[in-house]
Amino acid sequence: MAEDKGDCIEAAHLLYHYLDGELTTERRILIRQHLDDCPPCGQAFDFEAELRVVISQKCRESVPDQLRQRVLDTLRQAEGIQE
Amino acid sequence: MADQATFEAQAMEFMPSLYTAALRMTRNPADAEDLVQETYLKAYRGFGGFEQGTNLKAWLYRILTNTFINSYRSKKRRPEESDIEDVEDLYLYRRLGGLEGATAGQSAEEQVLEHFTESEIKEALDSLPEQFRIAVLLGDVEGFSYKEIAEILDIPIGTVMSRLHRGRRALQKRLYEFGRQRGLVAEPQG
Repeated sequence: MAEDKGDCIEAAHLLYHYLDGELTTERRILIRQHLDDCPPCGQAFDFEAELRVVISQKCRESVPDQLRQRVLDTLRQAEGIQE
Repeated sequence: MADQATFEAQAMEFMPSLYTAALRMTRNPADAEDLVQETYLKAYRGFGGFEQGTNLKAWLYRILTNTFINSYRSKKRRPEESDIEDVEDLYLYRRLGGLEGATAGQSAEEQVLEHFTESEIKEALDSLPEQFRIAVLLGDVEGFSYKEIAEILDIPIGTVMSRLHRGRRALQKRLYEFGRQRGLVAEPQG
């Protein structure tokens, strides 16, 4: 088994960097290897990845129609002033 | 001067994400609309200085963030705002640990996440102090890299990582509280 405690601590430490895509390729491969070999760490990472998706999806707002129009009006007015 | 049609063609598509960010920053729809409008006007006026081929979305976010910080954020800053209670990594996951009832492809813990409503997620994010809220917004909602966030906020990359890290953990704690209130997760033992 690859469930070496040191590897788990290292993986948890680099969890967010991994999810953020901010690791070097070499480190990324090492962490990926550990996640594949160690189910508890793998599950924790899957959860964090899913949480990230849920936060991003459930925070979306749709633009009010009047705002889009307001911005277009403002830009056209600004262009008029510049010419 | 920038051609208005060119600017519109390139910049208008980012309005949904700029409005999403503006609303999380101001926490007020009227202010968010004003902030987006002002951002577009400033961006249009400064569009000549935008280097074509570089990241327009990040450039617009920088204007949005600066405009927010200079004009919109509350004059009455709460004292010690940067202090948030620090909790451990995997805060939420560890408290959901050992749930049973996984179905195909998803653990029971992941399924709990689906039960959080949009308003709970937004409220949890809104509850974070501003600097952490903005970092999490840029990183997790908009997917900017550390380097991009550092440039948007004009802070060192180390500070970006620290704000993201602490902000994320605080967000997990808030979500855990919502989960408990709604009975999605069990009360702690003992």
